[in-house]
Amino acid sequence: MSNLYNTKYMEGMKQSVVVSLWFMFLTFPIMVIRVNTIENIIEWRWMNMIYVGAGSFILSFIWRYLSGKDISKRKESIDARGERRSILQRLVSEKKLSLPALAIVFGIAIIFPFVSSTYQTNIMTTALMYVVLGLGLNIVVGQAGLLNLGYVAFYAAGAYTYALLYHHFGVGFWVALPLGALAATILGVLLALPILRLQGDYLAIVTLGFGEITRLVLENWNEFSFGPSGISGIPRPGLFGMEMGMHDATVYLYFLMIMLCIITIFVVNRLQDSRIGRALLALREDEIACQAMGIDKTRVKLTAFALGSTWAGLVGVIFAAKTTFVNPASFTFLESAMILSIVVLGGTGSIIGIIIGALLLILLPEYLRAFSDYRMLLFGLIMVIMMIFRPQGIVTGVRRTYEFHTEEK
Amino acid sequence: MNTILEARKLSMNFGGLRALDRVDIDVLPGQITALIGPNGAGKTTFFNCITGIYSPTEGDIFITPPGGRQKRITGFNIHRVTESGVARTFQNIRIFPDMTVLENVMIGRHCRTNTGVLGAILRDKGTMEEEKAIVARSYEILKKIGLTEHVNLLARNLPYGAQRRLEIARALATDPFLLLLDEPAAGMSSQETKDLEALIISIRDEWEISVFLIEHDMRLVMGLSDSVYVMDYGEMIARGTPQEIRQNPEVITAYLGEDVSA
Repeated sequence: MSNLYNTKYMEGMKQSVVVSLWFMFLTFPIMVIRVNTIENIIEWRWMNMIYVGAGSFILSFIWRYLSGKDISKRKESIDARGERRSILQRLVSEKKLSLPALAIVFGIAIIFPFVSSTYQTNIMTTALMYVVLGLGLNIVVGQAGLLNLGYVAFYAAGAYTYALLYHHFGVGFWVALPLGALAATILGVLLALPILRLQGDYLAIVTLGFGEITRLVLENWNEFSFGPSGISGIPRPGLFGMEMGMHDATVYLYFLMIMLCIITIFVVNRLQDSRIGRALLALREDEIACQAMGIDKTRVKLTAFALGSTWAGLVGVIFAAKTTFVNPASFTFLESAMILSIVVLGGTGSIIGIIIGALLLILLPEYLRAFSDYRMLLFGLIMVIMMIFRPQGIVTGVRRTYEFHTEEK
Repeated sequence: MNTILEARKLSMNFGGLRALDRVDIDVLPGQITALIGPNGAGKTTFFNCITGIYSPTEGDIFITPPGGRQKRITGFNIHRVTESGVARTFQNIRIFPDMTVLENVMIGRHCRTNTGVLGAILRDKGTMEEEKAIVARSYEILKKIGLTEHVNLLARNLPYGAQRRLEIARALATDPFLLLLDEPAAGMSSQETKDLEALIISIRDEWEISVFLIEHDMRLVMGLSDSVYVMDYGEMIARGTPQEIRQNPEVITAYLGEDVSA
């Protein structure tokens, strides 16, 4: 018995040594060598190498412990339905738990801007914007299973709708908000039309191209979009013509975003368990079988794209109002990738997962600023680790259950 | 004679390959009709042509709903065929694995209901009633099929035989008058096959839905069918009652090969 334990232990040791050697080798160029440009000499920071080696050695032990534990846990906690339910999922699905939790979250959200700085509120507003974007993209990617890499185009459509309408006609925020959503929806349907027949990789490539085309048009069509210099001086949203200072305007926008988030969650949640929501899911699961159930594929795909891009349009208008300036640089592929990461990391198809995913992905890089240079490195590392341990995302979507009380005759 | 499904000179080419060659078929109402033939004979291709997955190269398909008029459905989209009342299952199971058993059946109600996006968001009275009706009807179907104990289970976790039954339940939820089953007994144990046989008979007699099936299990086909069609190399080589088919020399040749020594 102890012999077996010993060999297992030795195996682990050996693995960890190999891992730490690898890490030392891989991080050698950035961690050890440093060119001092002032004195033109190369510094060899050997101590860093030791830190990396020791750190990765310990981490690999923790890693093995966690992954081993994960497997054994998975076996145990399969409940009567044959599904695993995490604390978060139960929090959402059980009323007894979800109502107080919701009240607490809501309370914190209300108090937040009054106890934190303008800067913090600003970041939180951005995070909330990505919550809505994530939920919107989730309709297309998570529910309908149509990989869309050009989602940022709809976001841009909303932002430019407001910017251009204001610039040319002096249209205000509240009028531009529905118009921006409408513009994005129309663009969504227009994009969906030519790609109805495409699936999987091909769909991804075409949407990617679409996103880039949109950005390039905005960058180069000077008469229309004022090119790379963009449009500035876009007014923040007004409140019955009141003049607001920087701080008040930020707080106001924050509450606007909270409102939009609540509306989005409400709508997305209701759609999920409806006839339309089920049709979207069926399309994701099996396109042929979905049609054989009498579902019009064309219609469902158009609906998915329209529903998804509407949210991007709304957030786009708010983005323009928040930054008071739009230019094409804000709508690069990186944005699409970011929103897609939120959906995948959060858990495709799960509302709460995407909210957490958005908050993590947007807030983490901000709070990691303390680590300055290593910020993005850490960020990437966290994402890689997440995808290894939880490829299904932070929270997996749970299907609705029904109870039947039937008296057998 | 009044038919429920009619195929006339139906042909399907894939490039140079002629998968179906002027196939004629008549399915009669209230019957169980079987389509048999060696592997690669074109049976599934035939089903795919009827249900709109393929668009046939030549020929016509007509359906006549009970109490309705004859309608040409050649080249219809898949969902329009289902809407017209012809439902199907697939040879390789195509349930929706990450949806619950009940939801799988609820999907089948899609084409018989009409809640839109707005209704889904507002949840008005009409929508709620329709939703209730969908759940009730789906549950009723599951009850008849015998899958009620798994209502909330993800379909992927169902045992194999139950998955096949779920596919049938889902097809029944679309309110068809004709049900096409593509090898429903494939991979089933003998007990499961027996249950399936009873189910298919009850679909014909109690649900009053005509059944058209492809099957390799000869015992099942012969015991179940009112009439049998035999296909080989894309051509219809025989039709008749199970008795007639059993003695047809052409069928025996198609299945066992030509006797060289004779």
